[in-house]
Amino acid sequence: MPTHEIRRAYKRPAISDQQKRRELSLLRQQQNRFDAQSHARRLASTLLSFNQPPSSSSSSSEPHCISEEHDEGDEGDEDVYEEDNDDDQLQNGTQLNQIKDVRQASKLRGQESRRWFARQLMLPEWMIDVPDCLTLDWFVLARPAGKRCFVVSINGTTVSRQRNGSVLHYFPSALPSGARTRENSGSAQSYCILDCIFHEMDQTYYVIDILCWRGYSLYDCNADFRFFWLNSKLSESGACKPPSHYHKYRFSPVPVYNCDQSGLLSAYTEKVPYVKDGLLFYNKHAHYQSGNTPLTLVWKDEKCSQYVIDTDSAGKVPSKQQVVLELQSDGKVTTSDDPPVVFGCLDQEFLLKSGLSPGNLLRFSISDGGLTFVDGKLEKADLQYQDKPNRARAFADSYSKAISI
Amino acid sequence: MSMDITSFLLAAQSPDSKIRTEAEASLKQFQEQNPSAFLLALSVELSNDGKPMESRRLAGIVLKNSLDAKDASRKEHLVQQWVAIDASVKSQIKESLFRTLRSSTQEAWHTSAQVIAKIASIEIPRKEWPDLIGSLLSNMTLPESPASLKQSTLETLGYVCEETSHEELEQNEVNAILTAVVQGMNLAQHSAEIRLAATKALYNALAFAQTNFENEMERSYIMKVTCETATSQEVEIRQAAYECLVAIASMYYEVLEPYMQTLFELTSKAVKEDEEVVALQAIEFWSSICDEEIEIQESFSDQSEPPHSRFIEKALQFLVPMLLETLLKQEEDQDQDDSIWNLSMAGGTCLGLVARTVGDDIVPLVMPFVEANISSPEWRRREAATYAFGSILEGPSVEKLSPLVHAGLDFLLKAMNDQNNHVKDTTAWALSRIFELLHCPASGFSVITATNLQPILGVLLESIKDTPHVAEKICGAIYYLAQGFEDDGTNSSNLTPYLPQIISSLIGAADRTDGADSKLRSAAYETLNEVVRCANAVETVQIIEHLLHAIMNKLSQSFDLPIDKEKQGDLQALLCGVLQVIIQKLNVDKTKHIILQIADQVMILFLKIFACRSSTVHEEAMLAIGALAYATGPEFGKYMPEFYKYLEMGLQNFEEYQVCSITVGVVGDICRALDDKILPYCDGIMSLLLKDLSSGDLHRSVKPPIFSCFGDIALAIGAQFEKYLSYAIPMLQSASQVCAQMDTNDDEIMEYGNLLRRSIFEAYSGILQGLKDAKPELLVPHAKHLLQFLEFVVRDKQRDESVTKAAIAVLGDLADALGQNAKILFKDCSFYVEFIHECLESGDEQLKDTALWTQGMIGHVIVS
Repeated sequence: MPTHEIRRAYKRPAISDQQKRRELSLLRQQQNRFDAQSHARRLASTLLSFNQPPSSSSSSSEPHCISEEHDEGDEGDEDVYEEDNDDDQLQNGTQLNQIKDVRQASKLRGQESRRWFARQLMLPEWMIDVPDCLTLDWFVLARPAGKRCFVVSINGTTVSRQRNGSVLHYFPSALPSGARTRENSGSAQSYCILDCIFHEMDQTYYVIDILCWRGYSLYDCNADFRFFWLNSKLSESGACKPPSHYHKYRFSPVPVYNCDQSGLLSAYTEKVPYVKDGLLFYNKHAHYQSGNTPLTLVWKDEKCSQYVIDTDSAGKVPSKQQVVLELQSDGKVTTSDDPPVVFGCLDQEFLLKSGLSPGNLLRFSISDGGLTFVDGKLEKADLQYQDKPNRARAFADSYSKAISI
Repeated sequence: MSMDITSFLLAAQSPDSKIRTEAEASLKQFQEQNPSAFLLALSVELSNDGKPMESRRLAGIVLKNSLDAKDASRKEHLVQQWVAIDASVKSQIKESLFRTLRSSTQEAWHTSAQVIAKIASIEIPRKEWPDLIGSLLSNMTLPESPASLKQSTLETLGYVCEETSHEELEQNEVNAILTAVVQGMNLAQHSAEIRLAATKALYNALAFAQTNFENEMERSYIMKVTCETATSQEVEIRQAAYECLVAIASMYYEVLEPYMQTLFELTSKAVKEDEEVVALQAIEFWSSICDEEIEIQESFSDQSEPPHSRFIEKALQFLVPMLLETLLKQEEDQDQDDSIWNLSMAGGTCLGLVARTVGDDIVPLVMPFVEANISSPEWRRREAATYAFGSILEGPSVEKLSPLVHAGLDFLLKAMNDQNNHVKDTTAWALSRIFELLHCPASGFSVITATNLQPILGVLLESIKDTPHVAEKICGAIYYLAQGFEDDGTNSSNLTPYLPQIISSLIGAADRTDGADSKLRSAAYETLNEVVRCANAVETVQIIEHLLHAIMNKLSQSFDLPIDKEKQGDLQALLCGVLQVIIQKLNVDKTKHIILQIADQVMILFLKIFACRSSTVHEEAMLAIGALAYATGPEFGKYMPEFYKYLEMGLQNFEEYQVCSITVGVVGDICRALDDKILPYCDGIMSLLLKDLSSGDLHRSVKPPIFSCFGDIALAIGAQFEKYLSYAIPMLQSASQVCAQMDTNDDEIMEYGNLLRRSIFEAYSGILQGLKDAKPELLVPHAKHLLQFLEFVVRDKQRDESVTKAAIAVLGDLADALGQNAKILFKDCSFYVEFIHECLESGDEQLKDTALWTQGMIGHVIVS
């Protein structure tokens, strides 16, 4: 055997571009196959391509950070400007309801995009009675006070959206795909979606749930599993580190306890680095589902929340408790539950005079008659129309919120 | 058999084609009617000294070809045919062959030795020729054996060792062979022919000598005899002895210490004084030592490390000057002739290996030589100095090299104007080495700065017009220069402003017609590919779009060029390669529209290429079409009616299995592009894929892609895959069986085994996910087999990482698709618990995430 055959590389760079092309093709096909199968596994069923802010397309390597901060009171009362046209809200409302896949949603732009995202958060009901097996089947955590957000990191940017779908911040973060750095580049598949509360005082995003991590969907996983994943992944990513050039805001997990006596006590009394706003209860077996769910509950009292009762925009407690309801085409006013609970019905004459149209949200105060229940069901509510609430509001109150007042 | 085989064998070599064809037909008929009699007749013919040499020669060739073939399935057929022959006929054939070893005609016994080895390779593993070694050895020991018989016997022993795996022989047989061989080398009374045959036999027997090399006495004896043989009078014997020493250096590195002093003296003397063929082997000895030491240094295995004897480090002071001397022995035309291998080339190659072995220590030993010679009036000295400089660039640290390279770069750039072509060629090569090894902005170091980039490119783009072999090396330099500026997605590239010039120079080089062969053209286009891959995606859209149109023009003109079909095919292959790279480059959101605009035109060109070729499809065009399908997505559907027939041709191309394999990959691309719109073509595709799998002629490397492709199809057409299930599942199951029976000690087989396992899992994943929504119950009967196969694979601790990834995913798919139907299966086994745990511990994020998902899926099934 002529041994020099293996030494043939003499003065020849070892380039075989054909072999390289073959290998790159195989790699691409392998990646495409993996993506296709992952998609089938619904691991990537929430592929998003966001409407990026204009600055992101410039070649500047400076991480961009746009802040659209606004004053607001308690959750749901965000004071954010939104150019809503009330008529097409209803039209599109039905269309938007049909969009189940975030990939389709990603084609939405501007206000439609905001409306769609507004529907994605899981909304707790108010704890009216104590569920069975609370100690075994539930978690409890002390809810941080602040803006509830849907945080998405993708393609080198992180976007936080508030309950009504409007953007709170565009910023770079250490979340996977959350900033344009070399080590964090990753594929378009490795985006994350977190359910957070932005705590103004220490400028921190407290993560209260995880929906997607590195492209893997956790919607279909139970809470037990989601919290486990959240705790193991978040700190690994470096997102809990103090802010830096490529990491504008700190993220932090929230201590989660089993709902036994000591857990409840810890959540209720233990000191945390944030201002508490009630307790959140998660059913361990429940999947993440958008909208109101009785499998997540919220409890507030003076001890664990400074927002036990609604305040108005000036921070004053209104003399009467208020409720926000949605006007239906038949004049009924309902809660945001599915199915909606009817609180009352406005008469035609009033409707004509006031110029209100279906889909509008209306604020009522509850008069002296209060709420009357028969067999545990609401029978009558003594409502007094006040005004239209802030235009940024996306939802009516839920039944559980209305009656816990 | 009354047939006169001699006359047929002679007639089969007649210049008259009619006679020849008839004779061949008769021989074939004979062979088919009675294979054993045919082989016997051939062996008798070969053994008969009274027959003409021409008929004996052909008899020998036909005999050899009746026992062995390159093609694996054909070979298996021949083996079975031999095994089936009646035992008494077989022993008659062997007798004839042994008789031939005594023939006075060297050509006859030489052929017979090879045929005996072929039979041995079939029978020794089956233990069907127990007395072979004994019979051969008795030829050596019988006092009346003539010298020619000893020679033919030693040659036979050598061939037998070459054809047989060393586990197949008993140790006492090995001992006896080695004794006979070493004695044959040693005894002074033996003729040169016998000693040469013995030395060559030793070369083949070395792989059997593991036990003997562990024993110091036996080892020392073998080494002593080999070293003595290396100083024989006959140059051919010295060469053979050095070939043995080279083989020993690779196989028995760890026991060489006591002999190194002797070996160093022997080899230095040979390099300086001996004939070139011997000196080349002496240098090769040191190159092999370097290979071993580099391998030891590069292996990070935590198993007991093989000993590192640092032979190169110890010999460095003497070795390097010896090698530098060889560099001055260049031949005038060595850069233009690929068949040349001379002392300066071997010495230069060895010097590069020494640099990789010892790192920084080589620099002070080589630089004085470089400095003393690089400005010499003699071109040999300038070239040798430049080569020496280029060859130590890999191995030493960047810190050590960077001052030297910074200082030397200008000199080298000027040297591109040297009057001598060799010097220019080597200078261009040295520049390409510098850019390959010392130009990596991503790691923070590069000899190329914002200020010197322009002068560097000035020289390169001027020199690319030099003679073809210099221009080819310049392409290599541009290749690595571009590679260093690889798009990192953030920074603007310094190369962008020069890109139009670089591209037009490369195309200019590719268009040249003064090269003797097409090497410059392919180097230019391949460099162009790397330039495109590394270009900054944001800044160069227009440049690349412009190039895209230029290449499409070239492709459409290529059909009318006055060149032969083969050259035309080569050119079109290169152009398709560039198109493939461009399509892949532009296939991102912002630039996809460019591909969509030209998709129709480029597809027409590809189809035209296919139409030019009668049976074979064009591999490069196929690869480019895969990239196009991925880019266009569902739009690709409109090309299918026209393209489908070529897809079929590709899937049927057994001979060029690469084409077949690539076509299978393209089917996958099309599945993902078209989703269920591929349905009308699936009957055809599936039947071809199934036919491929059941064919014995298909190269096995195509099988894994076919299984993966099943998964792609199932995922695309969902429940429609139902009708193929009864064909696909048994194929998957029998492939699983094949995996289970593989020899896990054979690395090459296991490499294939890992590909096969992964592809089986990918197939199941696609099928499970494809049928999940509509008809998951169809898969219930097959779940158990899959789980058992998974368990088997999981228990193999040496499984490949890619297999692990596919396995953990398909485990989750099984739970996901079958849901409650899988509950009992999962409750019945437990292997997956540990397996999931293992994956969760992995450092690979993707694997961990998939494992968590799988854990969730199985948990879901079991708990609910």
